[in-house]
Amino acid sequence: MAKRSAPEVNAGSMADIAFLLLIFFLVTTTIEKDKGLLRSLPPIDDSQVEPPIIKKKNLFTVLINRNNQLLVEDEQMELKDLRQAAIEFLDNGGGTNAAGKSCDYCQGKRLDDSSDHPDKAIISMKHDRETSYEQYMDVQNELVAAYNFLREREATRLYKQYYPNADKVFTAMLEEKEKNQFSKDEVLNERIENIKTLYPMKLSEAEPDKN
Amino acid sequence: MSKFKKGKQGDLPAISTASLPDIVFMLLFFFMVATVMRDSTLMIENNLPSADQVEKLKKDRTTYIYAGKPSTQYKHLGDEPRIQFNDAFIGVEDVRSSVLQAQADMVEELKSKIVIGLKVDKNTHAGLVSDIKQELRKANTLKVMYIANARAEE
Repeated sequence: MAKRSAPEVNAGSMADIAFLLLIFFLVTTTIEKDKGLLRSLPPIDDSQVEPPIIKKKNLFTVLINRNNQLLVEDEQMELKDLRQAAIEFLDNGGGTNAAGKSCDYCQGKRLDDSSDHPDKAIISMKHDRETSYEQYMDVQNELVAAYNFLREREATRLYKQYYPNADKVFTAMLEEKEKNQFSKDEVLNERIENIKTLYPMKLSEAEPDKN
Repeated sequence: MSKFKKGKQGDLPAISTASLPDIVFMLLFFFMVATVMRDSTLMIENNLPSADQVEKLKKDRTTYIYAGKPSTQYKHLGDEPRIQFNDAFIGVEDVRSSVLQAQADMVEELKSKIVIGLKVDKNTHAGLVSDIKQELRKANTLKVMYIANARAEE
């Protein structure tokens, strides 16, 4: 019997298979990208300057005890109510800022015993050494959320016409800035700064007591 | 009895391997692009807390500090949360020098923009974190990112 040769294996489809695999992996792989809350620490101040006196009504105190309970403005509070309380405090606009202007964009209740102006409103947070980091992060998250909510609201009010399709205008602006990081867009930067100055993030953290 | 000579039928034709290098290169590129370099092996438990107001982190200017309970292999070190930097446990007092060292190793134009990524286990007590923050203030590296898992906003 004649020796029969095996037919040549067609390698033409190899590339297709390989591409298929490549695309499969490309789609399924999630490239890990860390996310988090970005905060700035205060620099160490050695000068003996007397700290400015802050009126009690301009200070929103948040205390977390070792059992992870919250004490907000001397009253116990649940975590879920913190965001709303912080928004109300920041947005109160009961008086004037340092320049003597009243807050014409605030939509708060303008109470006499809450903050004068977002410029002056300071959130002060203090935790115990034994507070869990999870709770600490949850509180930070809620407070940042309060600022973001207000900034988002102002961005929608002022710049909605430039981002008609965006659900969250401020987020859209920040994303655009991120995208164009190599070509500076002065107008956009100015708008972002403007929003940030309307509600400046004044979130101070006290050191926990050593005991 | 055909006149036409049939092609050599006896021996096996070789499988074309011309595309093999392409495939290998492709795999190589794929892994190069998709692989996340983990520059330090974790010696601690690291369950990150979650938050919904998160921002993205710029990797090129970030130095990580890990903290948490020692993981099972390092159980002999006890249950107290520890700080890990690169591949070693460090004490609170070493944070400052380690961070300054990391900053010195960075590209010149990013040195002033250094961000410290704090990957802290959610069961750690916050006192340790505030100790780290004190050290960071002393090192004058003031930008801090509390790294968290993103969760959907309610």
